[in-house]
Amino acid sequence: MTTTTDVPTRALKVWQGINQALVEEMERDERVVLVGEDVGRPGGPYGVTRGLRDKFGDLRVRDTPISEQVLVGLGVGGAAVGLRPVIEIMFFDFAMIAMDQIVNQAAKFRYFSGHDLPLVIRTMAGAGGPNGAQHSQNFEAWYSAVPGLKVVMPSQAADTKGLLKSAIRDDDPVLFIETLGLYTTRHDVPQVDEYLVPIGVADIKREGSDLTVVATGRLVDRSLEAAAQLAEEGISVEVVDPRTLQPLDTEAITASIRKTGRLVVAQEATAQYSFASEICALAVEECLSELKAPPVRVASPFVNVPTPVPLAESRAPGVDDVVAAIRKAMA
Amino acid sequence: MGTTAGRYRVMRLSRRFEETMHDQFGDGQVPGPLHLSIGQEAVAVGGCAGLRTSDAVISTHRGHHHCLAKGARPDRMMAELLGRTAGYSGGRGGSMHISIPDIGLIGTNGIVGAGLPIATGCAYGFQAQARDDVAVCFFGEGATGTGAFYEAINIAALWKLPLVFVCENNQIVELTPQEVHVAGELWRRGESHGMPGVRVDGNDVDAVADAVGAAVVRARAGDGPTLVEAVTYRWFGHYAGDRAAWRVEEEVQQWRERDPLIRTRAALPAEQADAIDEGIEELIGSALAFAQQSPVAGPEAIFPNHYASAS
Repeated sequence: MTTTTDVPTRALKVWQGINQALVEEMERDERVVLVGEDVGRPGGPYGVTRGLRDKFGDLRVRDTPISEQVLVGLGVGGAAVGLRPVIEIMFFDFAMIAMDQIVNQAAKFRYFSGHDLPLVIRTMAGAGGPNGAQHSQNFEAWYSAVPGLKVVMPSQAADTKGLLKSAIRDDDPVLFIETLGLYTTRHDVPQVDEYLVPIGVADIKREGSDLTVVATGRLVDRSLEAAAQLAEEGISVEVVDPRTLQPLDTEAITASIRKTGRLVVAQEATAQYSFASEICALAVEECLSELKAPPVRVASPFVNVPTPVPLAESRAPGVDDVVAAIRKAMA
Repeated sequence: MGTTAGRYRVMRLSRRFEETMHDQFGDGQVPGPLHLSIGQEAVAVGGCAGLRTSDAVISTHRGHHHCLAKGARPDRMMAELLGRTAGYSGGRGGSMHISIPDIGLIGTNGIVGAGLPIATGCAYGFQAQARDDVAVCFFGEGATGTGAFYEAINIAALWKLPLVFVCENNQIVELTPQEVHVAGELWRRGESHGMPGVRVDGNDVDAVADAVGAAVVRARAGDGPTLVEAVTYRWFGHYAGDRAAWRVEEEVQQWRERDPLIRTRAALPAEQADAIDEGIEELIGSALAFAQQSPVAGPEAIFPNHYASAS
């Protein structure tokens, strides 16, 4: 568990954790800048960066035109000459426009030059608002397949804050995926001066002995709820949140699978060629003899995200879907 | 590179570097593509004449002359092109992936147009750190077909970035002539953004140095970006091995007669020019020996430098 009873905590929404991390890191290091569409004056479409421009000025908190290629280029070039930029791509879907700068440029900078590229690309993924098929997608698996990139995808406020601070201090390009559906969820955040969560370390959100659920994004809380329900029936579920997808904490994940012998992977993305598939492959390659049942994936159906919220929410896997998957794996 | 002799020396170095690599390519010693800038040397050398080490240069897939003009070591560049471990990228990257941030060379690049966003970022980095360094972005006329070019000139003008756009117009885009690619006048592309534009003879190193130099001074003073179109000509095909058979021989001959090296050499006393040539031959000879003596990069060379922790 990340939090302990020794440290005072305060309940924060996920977006507040992001805002605090940015403020703290920008106060600590003047090389840290925040650049993106609408990040300054309006504080972003969901208010995540509110107050930063007033605090740090419009050179360090820079509103940009709608130019995603140059937006990421500002990060690549800026980092190459001494900044530690945080670039915001408003919706993950818009990262498609900047794919060349992320994949062909940022990810390969060290490979070609041998030099650091301290760049954070923040973006927002998933359904949760009436945003539709071009503003709701989960592409985390695509970027996790690129050598040279780190991919962080936290689910709770404390992890989000601590991992964003670590990402800003990291000397590699980090794609930092925030989940829209989680921005206003509240969790305890330790109130300490330097709250850092290391990149590449999974967190066991709930300990259990019968089955392991590896979950990301919105499915972490939903898996915890499913685990609580099933505990009443005497099924002991362990919930592992990898928090970082690249590099993946394979040790923690395989240790949990070996302990329980059963695996469910839960994510908001669709199943084919996904993170869930990667975890299933890991389980089969590393833990086959310990597996008591075939792994089960919980994911969105292989269709686009609809615009009306009730339809979008019907597409995303819920607590019941996780419960059903656990029952299947336990049968 | 403020003197004619200095400029001639670097142009000669670039010419002989590429001729030597072209020979090595013919001998099967270059394990990668080779895009020759022969005929275009004055653009790089004039373009870098007013720069200091802390300024940034952003290059292209055809960038040996930019690298050498920014101060890259020819021996380590040759090692890179020959796939040797002493190369700038350990022999893994080759010609299109030479990046030396320590001397302000933020990379040749395999993606046409991709340097424009990065150059914009370098210029923003200088501005945000209140440095008076500038970024010079070289790109071909083909790159003006990308959206990245228009994103870059808009933001550079909007933010008054210390950035000089140098469009190295060699009149051929990859395998097709310019009329397939370019509408209107390139040097006027920044006009509606309020960005000054100028067209110069890209085979006249002093004219390029004057135009880019003035733009660099302007950028350093905080007065914003400039677009310089330097008109030159690519003597060879898109890549070594491309015979560019569709070209009219007379056109190639006309441009060879306008060789930027001959023009600059003519401005020097013959003895001085001869001495420079001799010095370059020695330098090229020792650079090639250095590269050839370096071990060929083996399969183990592919693993380092992907992440900081495992570098």
